[in-house]
Amino acid sequence: MTDTPIDKAARATPRRVARVIKGVSDRTIAWIFVAPTIFLLLAINIFPLIWTINLSLTNYRANRVNREVDYIGLRNYERILTDTDIWLSMQATAHFLVWTIVLQVLIGFTLAWLINRKFKGNDLWTTIIVLPMMLSPAVVGNFWTFLYQPQIGLFNYVVSFFSGVDPSSFEMLGSVTLAPWSIVIVDTWMWTPFVMLICLAGLRSIPDYIYEAAEIDRASKWRQFWTITVPMVLPFLMLAVLFRGIENFKMFDLVVQLTGGGPGSITELASINLKREAFEKWRTGYSSAFAIILFVTVFGLASIYVKALNKVKER
Amino acid sequence: MSTSVTDPSSSQKWIAGTLVIAYALITIAPLIWIFMTGFKTPPDSISYPPKVVFEPSLEGYVNLFTTRTRLSEAELQALPAPDNFADEIVRNRGMVIVGPSRFGERFLNSVIIGFGSTFLSIFLGTLAAYAFSRFKIPFTDDLMFFILSTRMMPPIAVAIPIFLMYRELGLSDTHLGMILLYTAVNISLAVWLLKGFIDEIPREYEEAALIDGYTRFQAFYKVVLPQAATGIASTAIFCLIFAWNEYAFAVLLTSGTAQTAPPFIPTIIGIGGLDWPAVAAGATVFLLPVMIFTIMLRKHLLRGITFGAVRK
Repeated sequence: MTDTPIDKAARATPRRVARVIKGVSDRTIAWIFVAPTIFLLLAINIFPLIWTINLSLTNYRANRVNREVDYIGLRNYERILTDTDIWLSMQATAHFLVWTIVLQVLIGFTLAWLINRKFKGNDLWTTIIVLPMMLSPAVVGNFWTFLYQPQIGLFNYVVSFFSGVDPSSFEMLGSVTLAPWSIVIVDTWMWTPFVMLICLAGLRSIPDYIYEAAEIDRASKWRQFWTITVPMVLPFLMLAVLFRGIENFKMFDLVVQLTGGGPGSITELASINLKREAFEKWRTGYSSAFAIILFVTVFGLASIYVKALNKVKER
Repeated sequence: MSTSVTDPSSSQKWIAGTLVIAYALITIAPLIWIFMTGFKTPPDSISYPPKVVFEPSLEGYVNLFTTRTRLSEAELQALPAPDNFADEIVRNRGMVIVGPSRFGERFLNSVIIGFGSTFLSIFLGTLAAYAFSRFKIPFTDDLMFFILSTRMMPPIAVAIPIFLMYRELGLSDTHLGMILLYTAVNISLAVWLLKGFIDEIPREYEEAALIDGYTRFQAFYKVVLPQAATGIASTAIFCLIFAWNEYAFAVLLTSGTAQTAPPFIPTIIGIGGLDWPAVAAGATVFLLPVMIFTIMLRKHLLRGITFGAVRK
């Protein structure tokens, strides 16, 4: 018999303890194994969530601990839904969300389709394309502010090189019209590979014999693309959109570093607005209500979407 | 070579290859630019047009790791000759090194918090994943969905009560507080991924071990864990990368002792404007390990980023 540390430990275990361990039923083990995880999530996710709901009904301010706290019912919710600033930040979020998803789906799918032509060295290039996705958004966002500098920045220089526009004539981060696009560009640069990878998995899941059958039936390539490729990749693509949708609805780090919500509040996404209300203006109760509204929105939209996704999968 | 009708023609391959390579080069350009800027001198880094060819310098890295102070010409003359390359670079700018910068500490914090939370999420996650995979737990699907749903909350939304809670418990700006927080965020990923990996290990292996007289614990430890080793390793790398990159909680809940690198790097400021080579040097040192991990992980990447929803 081999003498592993476990055998040693087993022999060193007092007999009474050993009998107890042996006697532990699978059911008890199951609960012992699951309990710490559930406990941690309850303590650091669910308890705070319930606390947020509670705070959202008060006029509490975290920077004035000694002030008396009053329950004001749903007043915070009322004020948020009629606050133009909040609606502007929701609009900014919607603009960001729609454009990043459209661009990432188009570019990501195209890339995946091209990579699936199986040219030589496609693995290497795929790995290179994937790199930005795993990097720290805050650090990357910070560095893009340098790339976006008028004159000295690489981005402006490259644009002027190809279009002939003077590189100091436009400022991506400082202009009200360009700033919303500057964050869309960086997010697309960073997350297109995510959509690409998922589409690639979808494309690779289509068995060759379907195309062979279509070929025998003399279906044109164009027809094969729309009747085989697209419908079979669609569930994968929808999954990618779900992930990107949830992530970009929560978007904070990248945009805070890039524009900080500016110029003015043109790129102030919901999360950035929330941070300002909660940790700069210290309207804790008010911002808690906003947090709850955001959470319910993501959760609601995601559930509806998952239902649609399941329907597509069933087909 | 197969000559199946579905195989793309060679001209098709050639066009596809060119387009993909072009996109890859555009993607990698900003990253190469970060790397290059780290080796420029501050004047080179802000020259117009941007310099592609330049004389490499370690000034960015020296500035990243040191704090410096400006001296007058007379004071500099009075000093003994510089005794290493770092001193020499700094003297040329009319300054002297007065001590190390805080970057080292912040980097170390990232390492401690990253590894601490990864270890904890993998430890708890493996246990939970095993239980969900092998035992009949009531409401398994609901519990698994509950674990996943904690990931949908915007971090800032949870940050308000956590900020208050940590203030009460004295966990603000501590390593322990951040480790617990990142563990709670990462554990959903760990449980989902690991359950997938453990599901793939045939039950027969453990059943054979149980018949041989192993206890459940022994079967878990000696049979399942070694089989799941690759899965556990790649899950661990995902958790580590997440904790490494996290910014929102770090910026709100830490300020000094436990501050990690991501909130620190953007605050590196030189004398007279942002010191871009130092920022780039910091970014390079910080991003490089993740790039290496990503390349190592490429086979499991898809699985990791989709919580195991897509397996290749």
